[in-house]
Amino acid sequence: MPEEYKSAAIERAPVIEPGHTFGTVTEKISAIVLTRPASNGWFVGFGLCFMLTMMMLYAIGYLFLKGIGIWGVTIPIGWGFAIVNFVWWIGIGHAGTLISAILLLLRQSWRNSINRFAEAMTLFAVAAAGIFPAIHVGRPWLAYWLFPYPNTMRVWPQFRSPLMWDVFAVSTYATISALFWFTGLIPDFATLRDRTDKPILKMVYGMLSMGWRGSARHWHRYETMYLLLAGLATPLVLSVHTVVSFDFAIGIVPGWHTTIFPPYFVAGAIYSGFAMVLMLAIPIRKIYGLEDFITERHLQNSAKVMLATGLIVAYGYGIEAFMGWYGGDRYDAFTLWNRLHGPYAPWYLSLLACNIFIPQVLWIRRLRTSPVALFFISGVILVGMWLERFIIVVVSLHRDFLNSSWGMYYPTRWDWMTYIGTLGMFLMLMFLFLRLLPAISIFEMRTLLPEAEVKE
Amino acid sequence: MAKRDPIYGIMAEFDSAQALVDAAHKTHEAGYKKIDAYSPFPIEGLAEAIGFHRDEVPLVVLIGGLVGGCTGYLMQYWMAAVDYPLNIGGKPYHSWPAFIVITFEMTILFAGISAVLGMLALNGLPMPYHPVFNVPRFSSASKDRFFLIVFSSDKRYEPVQVRKFLEALNPRSVSEVPS
Repeated sequence: MPEEYKSAAIERAPVIEPGHTFGTVTEKISAIVLTRPASNGWFVGFGLCFMLTMMMLYAIGYLFLKGIGIWGVTIPIGWGFAIVNFVWWIGIGHAGTLISAILLLLRQSWRNSINRFAEAMTLFAVAAAGIFPAIHVGRPWLAYWLFPYPNTMRVWPQFRSPLMWDVFAVSTYATISALFWFTGLIPDFATLRDRTDKPILKMVYGMLSMGWRGSARHWHRYETMYLLLAGLATPLVLSVHTVVSFDFAIGIVPGWHTTIFPPYFVAGAIYSGFAMVLMLAIPIRKIYGLEDFITERHLQNSAKVMLATGLIVAYGYGIEAFMGWYGGDRYDAFTLWNRLHGPYAPWYLSLLACNIFIPQVLWIRRLRTSPVALFFISGVILVGMWLERFIIVVVSLHRDFLNSSWGMYYPTRWDWMTYIGTLGMFLMLMFLFLRLLPAISIFEMRTLLPEAEVKE
Repeated sequence: MAKRDPIYGIMAEFDSAQALVDAAHKTHEAGYKKIDAYSPFPIEGLAEAIGFHRDEVPLVVLIGGLVGGCTGYLMQYWMAAVDYPLNIGGKPYHSWPAFIVITFEMTILFAGISAVLGMLALNGLPMPYHPVFNVPRFSSASKDRFFLIVFSSDKRYEPVQVRKFLEALNPRSVSEVPS
């Protein structure tokens, strides 16, 4: 590293607080899983989220019994909460892949302390997202028809449709995210296997670690694999939200049919994902005393990513509005007018406030370094990004070409129960993850210590 | 099957990554070729120091990606243009631009899966039993200790000399690894 960069790096807050050794890093992170007893707070939080998950299963069970008539979807708004929530959850997942893959390729070593739980977040968010398309198909017991499999009807799926592209993009994304997460855990499973005294845990972690022994040959292949997987996950994550945006952009509905959608969806995904990362990281570092590993630097950097992606999203809104006016298509122009003055105008104005105006306070350094302020701003962004998907899905559909087919969308209690239930399921899985697996990648943290450096 | 040597190798324990890399270099230069080094995190240059140069993972991933891409495209071509041609809005049966997305996703899917399975297979994992774990101190190899082993299958292996050689490298301890 050239000298001038070195001095600049020293001035910034460190990625890992000084004074740690290989031993203390290992002990501190593995203690959360192995020795620390679960607190009452954990049980309360887990219990609450478990109940919400049960509520979701109840809502889905009733849906299977009665059909999607229990939801608020009608014609013309055939895509309601299910698609809003699907896009929102998938978007949240994207930050995890960005942190683990793209920042790895860019050699941003600060990612090492947040990549593990960001990847877990990705996986759980994709799990929550995956529920919605499966249950909104109307006859969910036939959802497997989406996949091309040899069948007695002798028909095949229709590959010219973006909905089929979505099936492949999302299932590939789920598979690759799970692989990335699991292979990242293998060396840490070996650490837990060697640290625990309980024979059962030793066996479980031993099997999960696959007999990992840290051989130099193994590490070499492992690192090659990890780098290649990151290189594959990077275009993948960009493609996933691009394909999700194609679900809209390929259609001719005004408000959907626009070429700005792919980049603006991807930026929005990363925007909401980083907000979720911060909303999870801030309490976790406080409760488990991990401020040494998730430092002010991580909070600042995440805030900067949110600021940058937020501006790209703002540009997307700007271009949508500009093209509505400049394009000369009266339906596009009406969509813009309807957003600002139609029945959903308060929602659109809240969206502008949540996604564009309020996050601008992140320009202030003091707020970027304050965990409490960041926590609340992240919450605002998550609400804003949910509203964005609501505006895109519902407001575009509710007044299209013929005013004889205009309508309004009223979500029912079953819509809300399913949505809130997925939030509960997501958090429940996070609670379990924190207690059962190392929330911070132990072996990657070791590489950040000064003792890890080797001269030839 | 040939009778297995009761001793798998002789293992030395080091305190730091630097000491391990230096020791690995010296051992390899001294003519011991069947050696291995163990560390709690990846160390740059360590694999080269023990004479490991051929990493086939990238080739496996390339093949996986090519197979995935071809499978993806040909699957769509065969299904949409050969086995079940369906006129959708007058689009050609073989509408290749619409097939690109799934071709891309299948490329990534196959390449990613072959990266992980290829890495595990080339590393011989999962492996439920391995002799190095017979050394009680080896449990620190996943925490803060560094180990170097000379296998008994090495051509120049001779228990007393190997032990002497390793002790001269200034390790923390030297132990025999029963197989």
